[in-house]
Amino acid sequence: MWDWNYTWEILPQLLKVVPITIAATLSAFIFACALGAPLAMAKQSKNKWLSLPVSAIADFIRKTPLIIQLFVLVFVLPTSIGLTLSPFVAGMIGLGIHYSTYLSEVYRSGIEAVPKGQWEASTALNFTKTNTWLRIILPQSIPPTIPVMGNYLITMFKETPTLSAITLVELLMTAKTLGSSSFKYVEALTLVGLIFLVLSYPSALLVRALERRMQAREGSAAIK
Amino acid sequence: MSQNIKNFSAEPIVRYRNVTKVFDQRVVLKRLDLDIMPGEKIALIGPSGSGKTTIARLLMTLEQPTSGTIEVNGELLWHMQHKGKLITANEKHLHRMRSSIGMVFQHFNLFPHMTILRNVMEALVHVRKIPKPQAQQRALELLQQVGLQDHIKKYPAQLSGGQKQRVAIARALVMEPKILLFDEVTSALDPELVGEVLDVIKGIAEKKDTAMLLITHEMDFAREIADRILFTDGGVIVEQGTPEQIFENPQSPRLQAFLTRFLKERQYGLASETAAAGAE
Ligand SMILES: Nc1ncnc2c1ncn2[C@@H]1O[C@H](COP(=O)(O)OP(=O)(O)OP(=O)(O)O)[C@@H](O)[C@H]1O
Ligand SMILES: [Mg+2]
Repeated sequence: MWDWNYTWEILPQLLKVVPITIAATLSAFIFACALGAPLAMAKQSKNKWLSLPVSAIADFIRKTPLIIQLFVLVFVLPTSIGLTLSPFVAGMIGLGIHYSTYLSEVYRSGIEAVPKGQWEASTALNFTKTNTWLRIILPQSIPPTIPVMGNYLITMFKETPTLSAITLVELLMTAKTLGSSSFKYVEALTLVGLIFLVLSYPSALLVRALERRMQAREGSAAIK
Repeated sequence: MSQNIKNFSAEPIVRYRNVTKVFDQRVVLKRLDLDIMPGEKIALIGPSGSGKTTIARLLMTLEQPTSGTIEVNGELLWHMQHKGKLITANEKHLHRMRSSIGMVFQHFNLFPHMTILRNVMEALVHVRKIPKPQAQQRALELLQQVGLQDHIKKYPAQLSGGQKQRVAIARALVMEPKILLFDEVTSALDPELVGEVLDVIKGIAEKKDTAMLLITHEMDFAREIADRILFTDGGVIVEQGTPEQIFENPQSPRLQAFLTRFLKERQYGLASETAAAGAE
């Protein structure tokens, strides 16, 4: 039977860990965004000694489960190089690195969508490589990727329960603790599901609205 | 044709020597020799695939020659001295050399995320490092010259093709190159917009002592503004001379055939235009 009293009792405890879950998501996302950009550039580099190894490593990270990478961060690093990370930092780095490989692909598609003529005009006007990236290429390649980036943010948010495996006290971890002390798992887990839904759904709507606006803008730009 | 003083006894501003370009084992340019004098206006004509664009792109450093050398201002473009040896130029050398060269493209290549004014100012500020107020002043002057002073706050997508190309010309001119390359800059335009762009180029050709290399299919235009016309075919300059020599007295059979074909096409083009007008 569903126990309403119990539900109201544990709700505040679950809500209390919402901020940490969001903080973990956001910091991991920012980390992934920051790492994804140089990753995309390295993968595109003409220098094979840079592009091939970086592509291989990124591929490896993307094709292995996140949880294994988290375990490496938490269990292998302390014994191998004596580096002990807090669950939050390890979670941020692990989730961030994992998703940076996806985001680098998003960047890459954004960069490749910029016509070759933009590079050539930049050369003809004698912009340095740095200025070409900063003033010509990136300002054109980032805006169209924003909706996709938003979707990855939501995906990362939904991935945070994985971080409970490295003892980060987020929603799922809290629900498990509550459930194991009262044996009322249904209420706790249902609430976790609902909280995720309540937070992701509006974000998803926001992303969709953004997407529609981008398309409208592209459409108007295409009209001469 | 044009009134500017040209000292053709001076040193050439550009010198191609024995330049060969190979793409995927295909020889696109064969041992090209070409001198361009300061202020000289050269029209480059020839059939599709004859290597015209490649000649311009090598000079703009968009493409590297397979062999041979190009000098700009008496200095090697694609090579530099390193420990007493001649090696392929690095980005720093190319950057320095490029300051004398400008190019206008067939498809404009304006920066879509910047206003017209910023399109023209951007390189002045960030490449030439001219303070913003002065750069803006210069950009406005140039935009006035091409007749776009009323559109400076618009974005490229809001302009017609002819207007876009005039912005692109202003953007190249504002950098004050010693040699300016035009690669079929009216080919992507609707026929009724070609004239306004050609007029702007004629104006520049008359006023400025910038050397110009114009790749074009507009024969009347070439004839009107060029000091010299080059005819390329199959990766070589088959024939060159003054507009009179080229158009009235073509020597090589290939040029004769090219001009005949061109005249026929134009007649056909006019005929079909009249037909279309009649059908309306
Ligand atoms: N990047 C490239 N890779 C491979 N082949 C190329 C490349 N650029 C040009 N070519 C080839 O080189 C030849 C000469 O090209 P180029 O563009 O210089 O000719 P063009 O005289 O400008 O022709 P058009 O009048 O059609 O513009 C063509 O056959 C073309 O297919
Ligand atoms: Mg061409």
